[in-house]
Amino acid sequence: MDAMGTDLELVSVTKRYGTTVAVDNVSHHFKPGTYTCLLGPSGCGKSSTLRMIAGHESISDGSILLGAKDISHLPPAKRGTAMMFQNYALFPHLSVADNVAFSLKMKGVDASERIAKAREMLALVDLSALADRLPDQLSGGQQQRVALARALITRPQALLLDEPLSALDPFLRIRMRGELKRLQQELGISFLHVTHGQDEALALADEIVVMNNAVIEQAGPAREVFNAPKTAFVAQFMGGHNVIALAQGHFAVRSDAVRLTDTGRGTMDGHITAIEYQGTHVSVCARIAGDQEVTALLPDAEFFTTPRNPGDPVGLIWEHEKQHELTS
Amino acid sequence: MTQFPKNSSASALFMVSPLLVVLLLFLVLPIAMIVVVSFWQATEFSIIPAFVLENYEFLFGSPVTYKVFINTFKYALITWGFTLVIGFTVAYFLAFHVRSLTWQIALFLMCTIPFWTSNIIRMISWIPFLGRNGIANSALMSWGVIDEPLEWLLFSDFAVILAFVHLYTLFMVVPIFNTMMRIDKSLIEAARDAGANGAQILWNVIIPLTKPGIMIGTIFVVTLVMGDFITVRFMSGSQSANVGRLISNDIALLQYPSAAATAVVLLITVLIMIGVLLRFVDIRKEL
Repeated sequence: MDAMGTDLELVSVTKRYGTTVAVDNVSHHFKPGTYTCLLGPSGCGKSSTLRMIAGHESISDGSILLGAKDISHLPPAKRGTAMMFQNYALFPHLSVADNVAFSLKMKGVDASERIAKAREMLALVDLSALADRLPDQLSGGQQQRVALARALITRPQALLLDEPLSALDPFLRIRMRGELKRLQQELGISFLHVTHGQDEALALADEIVVMNNAVIEQAGPAREVFNAPKTAFVAQFMGGHNVIALAQGHFAVRSDAVRLTDTGRGTMDGHITAIEYQGTHVSVCARIAGDQEVTALLPDAEFFTTPRNPGDPVGLIWEHEKQHELTS
Repeated sequence: MTQFPKNSSASALFMVSPLLVVLLLFLVLPIAMIVVVSFWQATEFSIIPAFVLENYEFLFGSPVTYKVFINTFKYALITWGFTLVIGFTVAYFLAFHVRSLTWQIALFLMCTIPFWTSNIIRMISWIPFLGRNGIANSALMSWGVIDEPLEWLLFSDFAVILAFVHLYTLFMVVPIFNTMMRIDKSLIEAARDAGANGAQILWNVIIPLTKPGIMIGTIFVVTLVMGDFITVRFMSGSQSANVGRLISNDIALLQYPSAAATAVVLLITVLIMIGVLLRFVDIRKEL
């Protein structure tokens, strides 16, 4: 397979349903061969964006480029993309091998050749033994791998995954995301993965694109988005951050950068409202001036050397450079 | 709390008893009666309880029986073909082209409007339309398509089949529509993603997944047509016969044993047909 991968670019892409705007003038350049996560709450336009790239939703305005080609108005199969659906959308009446070979059958490839190719794909996802089963005889994880094999057999330049892990139980979800990452690195093509789970995005993505209210809030490498959120929304959605309104503006401070001290000696004072033991860490919630909540995430050893109780007055302290100014 | 009987099989029997009583009284008993009567002896004047095979001997010895059965199969097959094509098309339109659920329900209810009247009325309403001086003939003549009235429009096999198709297409639409509505729409997107065109999606995805509905509709239509006698009598002007008419004629002549024997043979024939149909498609998922 083409190890170089291909650029995918959105140029002022807009999607309207009647008067509501689902995707508003979104432009973004997806680098070739990267694992990108489109992250956002439900209704933010991430799925519509993915479906427009796949060709299952018409675009109201703008264009989508894959490589040097404008694919905005091509039918799904002519775009060089392949989609993996949220519930996998496996054909229940076809065996695993026939499901995988479906697109080849549509192209008129003869039976022996397409079954051989399908077996090749099934070997890639480690499912050769189950080729003759029907989809409902498989577990959720196995079904997902069949869906992957079916999408990859078309040799796409970009694989589009619509919440691929949401139907799995938490344990399997962690295993499958490792497998997705491995496949992406092996194939070297772009994976574009829609999710509403920030942990999933952080674990998988080279690049995270955070969407909210039909626009991109922030895009960048996973560490950059997490460490330096630009807006209060991104800071809150990524989790692990406190958003604090000060006289100079709004700031984000990572919870694990906040330490406790005596009153009057910290950056600001407050009262402890809640303490939650989380095993390796203890989360301490404090209320500061202006009725704002600040959470400090302390290593358990550090907390238990000077244990505190709800209601105690406390000083909160953090290094100044850990404090990021937010634009909104 | 009511005390349940200690014996669990007795309590199970007790719980199914309402259904059991209904089935015994209204299904098993009448059929058993028909089977019993089919072995009775009949003369022009009397019916004698007995165990003789002469009704069956006469039935299988007469060439009329075979002709009538073949005619019945012909009606069933042709009606099935038309109702399937029309029913599938209507159901497909409702399930895949009509986007809003409100419209789907509204249009579906519209399909059932003709069923608000009795089927005899719906059948008879064809007569003034198809007759020698009916609307169809006069319209065709005034357009200059034909010079003299078409005789085969009414009181012919054409009229019989037309009435059957009219009466029974809904029985094909309902189960097929029901199955189609259960097809996950993302399967169609997945097929399109894999490069399938409209005809390929229809052939490779929709038809295979609609098979159970088609089979249920087929059973409805085939059994209804096989057992019908009134449509054939009215629409053929008593010029064609099917098995139902054979039975109804026997009853009119008070030849109950002979009618019963014919009914038993018809029942067995229909059961065999359904048995064969069920071997092709598993409809259990639909029930």
